[in-house]
Amino acid sequence: MSMTALDGIKPLTLRQYFICLWGIVWREGLRFLHQRERFISALVRPLVWLFIFAAGFRQVLGISIIPPYDTYILYEVYITPGLMAMIQLFNGMQSSLSMVYDREMGNMRTLLISPFPRWFLLSSKLFAGVFVSILQVYAYLLIAYFWEIEPPSLWGYATVLPALALCGLMLGALGMVLSSLIKQLENFAGVMNFVIFPMFFASSALYPLWRVKESSPWLYYVCALNPFTHAVELIRFAFYQKFDWISCAAVGAYTAVFLIAALIAYDPARGMLMRKSG
Amino acid sequence: MNKLLLILIFAALTFASPAAAYLAYVSNEKGNTISIIDTDKLDVISTVKVGRRPRGIELNKDGSELYICAGDDDAIQVFDAKAQKITGKLPSGPDPELLTLSPDGDIIYVSNENDNLVTLIDIKRKDQIGDIPVGVEPEGMAISPDGKLLVNTSETTNMAHLIDTKTKTIIANILVDNRPRFATFKPDGSELWVSSEVGGTISVIDPEKKIIKQKISFDVPGMSKEAIQPIGVSITRDGSRAFVALGPANRVAVINAQTKEVEKYLLVGQRVWHLAFTPDEKYLLTANGVSNDVSIIDVANLKVVKSIPVGAFPWGVVVAPQ
Repeated sequence: MSMTALDGIKPLTLRQYFICLWGIVWREGLRFLHQRERFISALVRPLVWLFIFAAGFRQVLGISIIPPYDTYILYEVYITPGLMAMIQLFNGMQSSLSMVYDREMGNMRTLLISPFPRWFLLSSKLFAGVFVSILQVYAYLLIAYFWEIEPPSLWGYATVLPALALCGLMLGALGMVLSSLIKQLENFAGVMNFVIFPMFFASSALYPLWRVKESSPWLYYVCALNPFTHAVELIRFAFYQKFDWISCAAVGAYTAVFLIAALIAYDPARGMLMRKSG
Repeated sequence: MNKLLLILIFAALTFASPAAAYLAYVSNEKGNTISIIDTDKLDVISTVKVGRRPRGIELNKDGSELYICAGDDDAIQVFDAKAQKITGKLPSGPDPELLTLSPDGDIIYVSNENDNLVTLIDIKRKDQIGDIPVGVEPEGMAISPDGKLLVNTSETTNMAHLIDTKTKTIIANILVDNRPRFATFKPDGSELWVSSEVGGTISVIDPEKKIIKQKISFDVPGMSKEAIQPIGVSITRDGSRAFVALGPANRVAVINAQTKEVEKYLLVGQRVWHLAFTPDEKYLLTANGVSNDVSIIDVANLKVVKSIPVGAFPWGVVVAPQ
């Protein structure tokens, strides 16, 4: 990389871009694999919800038949897409945490002085996070499979992949925006309280929106606007080999907004980063 | 060359032909209708108005006629499957509930709840040919594959009455658990299964020795015992598996018919009542009384694939041969 930086005049080749992307994804992958606790906690969190929370509410919440389901389903089946999205939400926030860490430790400076454009570096970092979150989701699905939580056909595991990629991007970009706002690692608890929990609970992850509407119409609108709701629904439909236009469009739009915001935030000329480190 | 061509044509036809489409008939107790389901499309293709309070339904051998117990009309209605309309009625006596046909398809045996009788009707002559007094509130009806043994269950007497079809007399009374509602023979005739709604069990009876040889009970996690009310029973042709509708438990129990162990509970609609296989045994259809739908179970994979809305209070279900 430093060689390329010295060359300066020559435009960067596609291969070099790829090496850079690979390097970032590889580092993120290694970090994920080496932090076994992180892997296990990423897996345990949704499983606790699945086996304890869902088991407790099994009889309480009556689920009427709503798309994409063709028949009655158990509560465990209902909340699985929500838990898949939750894995990605936590992962998105966790990679934002690692950005803060990188910034504090100075690793980010190394990265940011490379000759690659800023947007490319940030996107690579984002892709790395998405890659890791997808690994986590499939690990969760593997365990869920043994409890007979599975798509109607095995194709569902393939059709859910693009949905996971898009949702991972959206939540990762959101995390990136947030990371530009957090000064120190300690502030991550604030992210938990003010971002993760409200997003998760005010969504269709745990209960269908018609039920929310019954009890509180305004909360319903909050849920309907929540990007996380659309992520959950996109995954829910894709897992059942169906396509939900509305949630796909919503997730796409939110991804674009968060991405642009992240790029602006990390733009050295006007970003928050400059303001804070300066 | 010709041979090859033939094989190719045959292969093309085999692969081009869609999955077998059968017609299923569902009696809607409160809707006073019959919903007709195409088992290929898995959808209702028509709904036909019939008599009041239709419950027990049965098809004749070739599937051309459907016999419907119209309880509040005190008659069995004859429904022409092709014309999709009622073409006549049979004199059943008051409030017929469940019926069964003799294996040759000539005689209908029907339980008359109010008179505590099993009434015999000659289909061709459209006339009653006899009555057999049984216990109080007769309901479940079954006939052995050889047609020699008729079974009636009486809901209040809590008995399975074994009747010799030749002499038309009861030859044994077997006490079972509370409110026996349904009876069926294993396709080889070696066992008789009787479901007890309130008792929550299935009594497996040896028809030779006329004794209960085993009882099957159910335990759905998180569900109270009272909510588990076995009603409809369907056993696969090879006698390997049985499916039992558990009423308000909203589940169908899958039982290994050899070991009598419950293998699985499948979630279906509310208050699942009667069941019917498609002739190829690919699907099992369940009539779900309270949720007003029919759930379709994929028999090989033991999965519920769809629930189809039908009329009000679906009660009985039969599937016609092609």
